[in-house]
Amino acid sequence: MTVKCAIFVESNRNQHMKQVKDFTIIETLRYNDMYSRLRLRPSDSSELPANILPGQFVQVEVGTPGVFLRRPISVNDVDYEANTLDLLVRKAGKGTEALIAMKEGERVNVLLPLGNGFTTAGVAPGQRLLLIGGGVGVAPLLYLGKVLKSAGHEPEFLLGARSAGDLLQVAEFGKVGKVHLSTEDGSAGEKGFVTVNSALSGHVDMIYCCGPSPMMKAVAAIARGKGVRCEVSLENMMACGLGACLCCVENTVKGNVCVCTEGPVFNIEMLNW
Amino acid sequence: MAQLAVKIGGLELKNPVLTASGTFGYGEEFAPFIDLNRLGGYIIKGTTLNHREGNPYPRMVETPSGMLNAVGLQNKGVDYFIENIYPRIRHYESELIVNVSGARVEDYVETARRLAPLDGINAIEVNISCPNVKEGGMAFGTTTAGAAEVTKAIRAVYPKTLIVKLSPNVTSIADIAKAVEAEGADSVSLINTLMGMSIDVERRRPHLSTITGGLSGPAVRPVAVRMVWQTAKAVKIPVIGLGGIMNGRDAVEFMLAGARAIEIGTANFIDPAVTMKVIDYMDDYCSRHGISDINEIVGCI
Repeated sequence: MTVKCAIFVESNRNQHMKQVKDFTIIETLRYNDMYSRLRLRPSDSSELPANILPGQFVQVEVGTPGVFLRRPISVNDVDYEANTLDLLVRKAGKGTEALIAMKEGERVNVLLPLGNGFTTAGVAPGQRLLLIGGGVGVAPLLYLGKVLKSAGHEPEFLLGARSAGDLLQVAEFGKVGKVHLSTEDGSAGEKGFVTVNSALSGHVDMIYCCGPSPMMKAVAAIARGKGVRCEVSLENMMACGLGACLCCVENTVKGNVCVCTEGPVFNIEMLNW
Repeated sequence: MAQLAVKIGGLELKNPVLTASGTFGYGEEFAPFIDLNRLGGYIIKGTTLNHREGNPYPRMVETPSGMLNAVGLQNKGVDYFIENIYPRIRHYESELIVNVSGARVEDYVETARRLAPLDGINAIEVNISCPNVKEGGMAFGTTTAGAAEVTKAIRAVYPKTLIVKLSPNVTSIADIAKAVEAEGADSVSLINTLMGMSIDVERRRPHLSTITGGLSGPAVRPVAVRMVWQTAKAVKIPVIGLGGIMNGRDAVEFMLAGARAIEIGTANFIDPAVTMKVIDYMDDYCSRHGISDINEIVGCI
């Protein structure tokens, strides 16, 4: 009961912290032609919103002709000491194509922080926490892993991709916890999907998952089978990010709910998967 | 400071800036970014007699200079609104206007009847133009007889300001406006979304679960300005203009075409503080042009 209360207060407080801010790109790390990590700092040297939760996302105004709406991007990492916010961006269309090509010194307008975030409170010490990511879905797991680690947990990561070249930020994850890898072609880690990785065969207390929808559904099925608590982060198409337009809904046990405000993180018990 | 106040039926708006239904939630969603009390008013999302789940996902796709949506009037019904939401938002100084939708005339009438006694709500906007629900909305808005029928029935039970929101998916929007004016509407707002469609060519599937949806954003603005201009010339009641207003310049364009007030819709998704900038622009526009009262520019084309 107390845990629930704390979470409620936390998310309530976040409701009032939403803001629109100009950010300057202070570093662009181009992994390949599909992925970049953008490191942002508030252009006016003001502080980042306090208490950004792992699993939350931001809405970035791209400002490129032909791109009308903001683009939702999950928070990859936050460094409060350096006052920086990292976004891991995958080229998926015109908007993200423009974003991954942005250069240091350029500015973007960002709406943040949005959504609910993963549950990190109420996790008992010593539990085995498995953070499973596929493709660009690894993005929120880095910050989540760091937050869990700083709370005294030992998060483990299970990262999957098509082949070794598509695995992102493996070294960064390695600094936070044990890393298990899966590639479809076997070029790194175990061959096959994350769902057949041996990391999943042992005892697990909690699964946090973000990746392509078929992967999350397969992981959710395994979690159900094992009776393991599992949270997934959804990526539905959205317009406002504020719960106003009702475009990004997911059909849940409570009916259609906005992924941008009730999510993007859902306990799988909420979902009609 | 120019005089920005305008009158719509019995409403005295402190400025002409309203927000469009379905783009502004219940207002609270925007409280972190703007002072809701500064708005002329805001229009609550489409409210129906009974709870509606809306259409299946996907409901939205970005299009050139705009977006298509097919939300389908998802809402918890008028009683839930009155009991749970209205008490939270009634204290705002801006005029609160509820957008009312329905599938049958009786549904509109019953919803309006339940809203009528609320002292914090002095107007409703009747949606006879939603392209996203099969059975209702636009069916009334595309014929003069249908528009007149629903307006007459609501007028009989709703004594406060009655605004009717018109569909652009018609041959002559001015004729529809005249029909609702004749049945006692205090104002018309236009345009609702234009029906459109978009296809994912790689997957050979429509982007929306409903196949067609409503187009909004700057892509529709010239069509909307033209329709406001035609309608304002055809009726005596005040016209509220909307359709792709992204900034103050666009808002003034609608007023020059004949709109007494304007609604900002899709732009709220891109800049949640856009409404405040539009109010500031209007004030600045008036001082730059030596206008003491914004009503002077309405319909001067």
